[in-house]
Amino acid sequence: MKGSLAIIWAIGRKDLLLEIRNKEVVVSVAGFALLVLVIFTFAIDLNQGNAKLVGPGVLWAGIAFAGVTGLNRAFALEVENSTLEALMLAPISRDLIYLGKALGNFLFIAVAQIIVIPLFAVLFNLIVFRWEMLAIALLTTLGFSAVGTLFAAMSVRVRAREVMLPLLFLPVVTPLLMAAVESTSHMVNGRSWSDMAQWLQLAVAFDVAFIVVSAFIFQHILED
Amino acid sequence: MVSQATQLAVKAEVVVKNFGATSVLHDLNLELPIGEITVLMGTNGAGKSTLLRILATLTQVDSGTVSIFGADIATNGPAVRALTGSVLHSPMLYADMSVRENLMFFADMYRLENVDDLIAQTTVMVGIEPRIDDRVRTLSHGFQKRVALARALMHDPQLLLLDEPESGLDSQSVDRLDRILDEYRSSGRTVVMTTHIVEHALELADRAVVLFDGRVGFNSENPQRDREAIQEIYSANRISISSLESQPQ
Repeated sequence: MKGSLAIIWAIGRKDLLLEIRNKEVVVSVAGFALLVLVIFTFAIDLNQGNAKLVGPGVLWAGIAFAGVTGLNRAFALEVENSTLEALMLAPISRDLIYLGKALGNFLFIAVAQIIVIPLFAVLFNLIVFRWEMLAIALLTTLGFSAVGTLFAAMSVRVRAREVMLPLLFLPVVTPLLMAAVESTSHMVNGRSWSDMAQWLQLAVAFDVAFIVVSAFIFQHILED
Repeated sequence: MVSQATQLAVKAEVVVKNFGATSVLHDLNLELPIGEITVLMGTNGAGKSTLLRILATLTQVDSGTVSIFGADIATNGPAVRALTGSVLHSPMLYADMSVRENLMFFADMYRLENVDDLIAQTTVMVGIEPRIDDRVRTLSHGFQKRVALARALMHDPQLLLLDEPESGLDSQSVDRLDRILDEYRSSGRTVVMTTHIVEHALELADRAVVLFDGRVGFNSENPQRDREAIQEIYSANRISISSLESQPQ
């Protein structure tokens, strides 16, 4: 167990090191999400009622669409230099490669959210610095990473991968997006944990199911 | 599980591999003893690289079985990979990490200990120590190939798989590679490599296997003795399997 965690962390840390040097994924995810937020602030009359009504949907749709661009890039880097094959040559179970890559993607999307969510609060004039927001963001990011890592690996060898990934990813994460939007909506309207409990439970169930299933499927999609 | 008691490093039985409608290997049978350098030869598309990728557990067979040191690779992937080191066509390195960072990362993947000492030893062995802190992106293809070799050697594998290892290397580096392979053989370990440089291969090899049309067309236990036959077979695409099968095994 300890050895497996060390492998997962080594892969995640390696992705983080490369991202610190290249700044490709976080910049593209945060940049794309911010563009979506800014466009909507101009497109909608953002009085207090409207902001609470549409804000959560705009935030999570923006992060989901932006996440796709980052997920595409994170796996493309492994394929361009065939380093994914180098990982596959290591004497480790291939589900650890999945979990390591998912950890890297989780960190990228989380860092992008650290930039995006405060700006969302400013643009939409909503109070989001609450523990509820942290829980929603962590659960949603975990689910995005779990599903996105699997589908990015599936689509990375396809010629039209930029099109393929959103077509696979977005329909599958719809329940998670619903949970994130509804929970955030409850939060900005000042409701309690118990009001959003069912949505958070949905997010937890989604995350657990997709991490387990994706880790199992991943090893089969890697091989020729 | 993996058994060192077997006398065979590699055993492939009735292996079939297709890519879509293209048949790459069909009914391939091959046995390679421990402690030999085997050179796989064959024209483009003969199936050499595919066979190496199967042995490296990167590609699955459609049917048939392959075992390495007695362990079926389909069911013992991690154990088999712990015994093999591979240098395939691409160097497979992270371009924006230094040589040292790449080797340290892969040392983690192989769960190695005393990593600093291992890196120092292998980088000296392959002659890359002066550029150990340079980013891989700044290295020539030949240097990158040497880094890939260092990565493959770092965990002291019992079976070394090399796909055209001399490509991109200067003559000095090829000599260095030959010395490493000689050391490998003398310590009882096994090397399987592909090459297009027939003369060089025949000087180095204990065994030469010529693949033809996805099968073993010729398997020589004495490449020096069979030099002429191998060269003739290798250069003649037109020779049919039936005539190859009449050659001495």
